[in-house]
Amino acid sequence: MEQPTLDVADLTVRFGGVVALDRVSLRVEANEIHGIIGPNGAGKTTLFNAVCGFLRPQGGTISYRGRALLGTAPHHLARLGIARTLQGLGLWPGLTVLENVVMGSHARPHFLGSLLGMPAADRLERRLRGQALEVLSELGIADIADARPPAVPYGVQKRVIIARALMARPALLLLDEPASGLSSREMDRLHKLVGSLRQRMSVVVVEHHLDFVMAISQRITVLNFGRVIASGTPADIRGNREVSEAYLGQAVTPSEGAAGA
Amino acid sequence: MAIRLARWPSRTTPTLGRHLALAVGAAILLLLLSSQIGAYDDYNLAEVAIFVIAVAGLNVLTGVNGQLSLGHGALMAIGAAARLRGPYLAGATLALAVGLPQIATRYSHVFGGEEGLTVTPPGPPDWLGADFPPERWMAWIAIAAALVTIVLLANLLQSSVGRSFKAVRDHEAAAALAGIDVARTQVHAFVVSSACAGLAGSLFAYWSGLTAPAGFGVALSLQLLSAIVIGGLGSLSGAVWGSIILVIIPALTGGLASSLSLASSVANNLPLAIYGSVLVLAMLLVPNGIDGGLRRLLVLARTRWTGAPSTHKGVVDWDDPSGG
Repeated sequence: MEQPTLDVADLTVRFGGVVALDRVSLRVEANEIHGIIGPNGAGKTTLFNAVCGFLRPQGGTISYRGRALLGTAPHHLARLGIARTLQGLGLWPGLTVLENVVMGSHARPHFLGSLLGMPAADRLERRLRGQALEVLSELGIADIADARPPAVPYGVQKRVIIARALMARPALLLLDEPASGLSSREMDRLHKLVGSLRQRMSVVVVEHHLDFVMAISQRITVLNFGRVIASGTPADIRGNREVSEAYLGQAVTPSEGAAGA
Repeated sequence: MAIRLARWPSRTTPTLGRHLALAVGAAILLLLLSSQIGAYDDYNLAEVAIFVIAVAGLNVLTGVNGQLSLGHGALMAIGAAARLRGPYLAGATLALAVGLPQIATRYSHVFGGEEGLTVTPPGPPDWLGADFPPERWMAWIAIAAALVTIVLLANLLQSSVGRSFKAVRDHEAAAALAGIDVARTQVHAFVVSSACAGLAGSLFAYWSGLTAPAGFGVALSLQLLSAIVIGGLGSLSGAVWGSIILVIIPALTGGLASSLSLASSVANNLPLAIYGSVLVLAMLLVPNGIDGGLRRLLVLARTRWTGAPSTHKGVVDWDDPSGG
């Protein structure tokens, strides 16, 4: 059987006396879109931070394509094929949109070559700019390549973030609340985009919009107070009573589920 | 046509060729200028060029990479001392020599202690003629060093390395996730910056004929910082503006103070008071520095002339090595 892209087992993270993640386990298969949902403070972003090496878990293991990931510094992930978007945008306002996307690639010119302005550095620069423009075109925003991120609408900025992550050509893409703040039309477009990415990579989506997660995910993991309370297909999750109770006793149906955001 | 002109030099021109062409143009203009002015002005021109090196280096660290250095004056002292001790060495190793200022006072038999060491400035070569002013020769050396520094920094800032400096400044976590080693990038910016400070310091020793620890104290460090703020944070042209202000204001106000025949307690403090006022005024009038103010004027003028507001698609692709 093929190795899972991401395999988290018994992961425990404590902040002082607070248990943020309590023996959390989940598997993300190759070419799977995996949703992670749960009320505020359930530990969704903490899980991402642990996978990305921003914090050191007290217990458990994380492996990526069969390779132990714990202890890997965040800046090594891009080279391994893991890309992540941040909840609070995280674009660099001092760079143009195109430059933001170019920097998503982990191909970097030599320091001395750049200092001396050598032709090799120029060639790499041209190649990366070309690639970045392709990614921007794919997302339909090539026309704002030279703008500064703060000058473009929020929904477009969220696409730029995804463009930057795609520039790394990841095998595993971690999206932290990609749909928050989007209009329903923008959300439709995001739906199509994430769906099309599935052919190329595995995607893990942390999201409050239950409709959205139900629609795009093959499998869903539900967290509450740092524990996995359910996991399975969207249909399994929809009928799960504990999940409904976690969401303030509401039945998790597509129409009411969005209230969870 | 204006658009086409504004787009030159474009991204497709080789980086080094483009920056060298601009530097050669600047060199010719500055050589002509230095030949037209008197010895005292040449002396000041040399000082501006030396400051440009240090201020541009500091701007890379503080403006582009977002790290604050309050000890850049001391870094200049290292350059001054290293220059005295041997071969022209203003490279990355200078950053490792941060401990040197204390050593300078402690091992006074080598470094001259508090009084420092006297340095004999290099005289102009014979082929320039016996009556070639040494101040002009000093200005030429300093200008050459400043232009080489600016070309190298412009190359760097326009590359992925420069962008990684900014990415780390703007959002560290996002930079790390894009594969940028944040700590390493900060060290790189620091090494580049210290190398500039070292080079400037070694030239400063020649220029002043003396190197003493007291001259490279906190006051100098703060002056350099004020220069990047007045000139424009994060841009190389801002460093040039800041350095000009740094030299011109004391030169002008010093003359003013002595011509007014004031009491010495007032006369000694007048230049400092005026410098402080200029700093405050600059903050109020051009919060993004002189460079930022000029850029805004340029955009306004272009909007007025073409009648259309410049859009992000950018008629204003006016080449900015710093990208800022």
